[in-house]
Amino acid sequence: MAAGRGAETPTDLTVTSLDANPIVQKLREFAPEALLGTLDFRGELTISLAAAEVRRICEFLRDAPDLSFRFLSDLTAVDHYPNEPRFKVVYHLFSIEHSRRLSLKVPLGGADPKVDSLVSVWPAADAFEREVFDLFGIRFEGHPDLRRILLPEDWEGHPLRKDYPTEGYR
Amino acid sequence: MPVTLEKIPDQEGRIVLSMGPQHPATHGVLRLILELEGETVRRALYDIGYLHTGFEKSFESKTYSQCITLTDRMDYLAPLSNNLGFCLAVEKLLDLEVPPRAQWIRVLLTELTRIQSHLVWLGSHAIDLGAMSMFLYCFREREDILHLFEMVSGQRMMTSYFRVGGVALEPPLGWLKRIEAFIRRFPEKLAEYETLLTKNPIWLRRTVGVGKISAADGVAWGLSGPSLRASGVKWDVRKSEPYSSYDKFDFDIPTRPDGDVYARYLVRLDEMRESLKIVRQAMEGMPAGRHIADAPHIVLPDRESMKTSIEALIYHFKIVTEGFHPPVGEVYRAIESPRGELGYYLVSDGSPRPFRCHVRAPSFANLQCLPKMIEGHLIADVVACVGSIDFILGEVDR
Repeated sequence: MAAGRGAETPTDLTVTSLDANPIVQKLREFAPEALLGTLDFRGELTISLAAAEVRRICEFLRDAPDLSFRFLSDLTAVDHYPNEPRFKVVYHLFSIEHSRRLSLKVPLGGADPKVDSLVSVWPAADAFEREVFDLFGIRFEGHPDLRRILLPEDWEGHPLRKDYPTEGYR
Repeated sequence: MPVTLEKIPDQEGRIVLSMGPQHPATHGVLRLILELEGETVRRALYDIGYLHTGFEKSFESKTYSQCITLTDRMDYLAPLSNNLGFCLAVEKLLDLEVPPRAQWIRVLLTELTRIQSHLVWLGSHAIDLGAMSMFLYCFREREDILHLFEMVSGQRMMTSYFRVGGVALEPPLGWLKRIEAFIRRFPEKLAEYETLLTKNPIWLRRTVGVGKISAADGVAWGLSGPSLRASGVKWDVRKSEPYSSYDKFDFDIPTRPDGDVYARYLVRLDEMRESLKIVRQAMEGMPAGRHIADAPHIVLPDRESMKTSIEALIYHFKIVTEGFHPPVGEVYRAIESPRGELGYYLVSDGSPRPFRCHVRAPSFANLQCLPKMIEGHLIADVVACVGSIDFILGEVDR
């Protein structure tokens, strides 16, 4: 795969006209400086956040009664190598009470990618964060047991990074 | 990733037992590390990855149509649910409308998949707890459903029958008659299973009150599907975010309040009855029309038109050699697989191959709840709990 693929992917979300959206409004009130951008694509709301505020915002999203995103559906990452910010950690939240979904995106630089662990917010994040650590090499600070989960402990590299060849290192 | 036994401190009177990865009751290659005090499990760790094949990396070098064959192989007991999840995600990305007939065929087949998957679960769960004949009965009925899959796709298990935009082929003549015969026969068989297990004192003693998990814990730990509904949470993706016209079908979501192994057993039995209801409705209300969308730049033309139309020939050549180009963007689409919320997260950079495809495998999340269920219980209950979550290691490890 040619390096530079993915230059077109929407890495930088711009603040669009989603200000009227109730979730966006609440977040803007709660943490105005952490909100990097919003996007509505095919009916999915995605909010881009600064890494420093993730845990505080997620606690708010989980506990605010009219949001109650108590179910962490999915947690994964995307590598935009060689673009910067290189990584993007993606959270898919679901509110069982309101049947509503929300995606969060946290851009991370390629030099030392790390973000706060969300195990204290949703215990379900445990295995997902270990998987992202294993396959992307992103560190989750405060994770109780951050070890590789799918690959052997002595494995070299992180296979889902774009600079990792599909057939592995020979 | 192997956990070495030294990582668990050796305490007075406790022994550490490594169960699996080669163990018949772990349903594949799961390894559990159990810290035992007498026969009681004090701490449990799970060790996975023995079946890791790098599906998510492989997706990135295949065209969207080629990816469908990979999805079968993750959850090999519910290949059609995986096909559906992936196709729906790609269709969402493309904003492509699927004709009603294709939607109905998809619903019919995924519900048969649910019954078939629950049958394998019931058979192997029962044999784990010592009920040998259940295994044979369940596999007998499962084979009938696999014949139905073979009729439409030519394959019993790795069907790859769904396509972006619809289904691969019009089902053969006589197929609906075979399904009708099956759904006439099946309720009787279900009743037969119930007479063998539901009030069986041995079964009750092995399952009631074992492996309890509360609704709040289940939600926090990412449990979904029948295992969560057995803890009293009435949530089903088919109802909360209907796809493939599920909102036009009449069915209930069975739940139980107890959250133990027995409740999970009862919920799955009820689900088979509900699925049967959906199959019957899908069969009776099957609309006429195309089996795949009319979108020449995405869907392969039929063989006949290729012989007479140069456009069809060109489209065929373009789709086979290059693939189709979805718009730049990213989508997440969840469906209700037999095991819970199965989600596909797709990132497209406008090229014919996914830039990133991530699978939210229900088994992967559900497995996290296992230590919570077994800690404090007897070692014999571990087998009951492992069976009751119904995970597929192919999907856990991907």
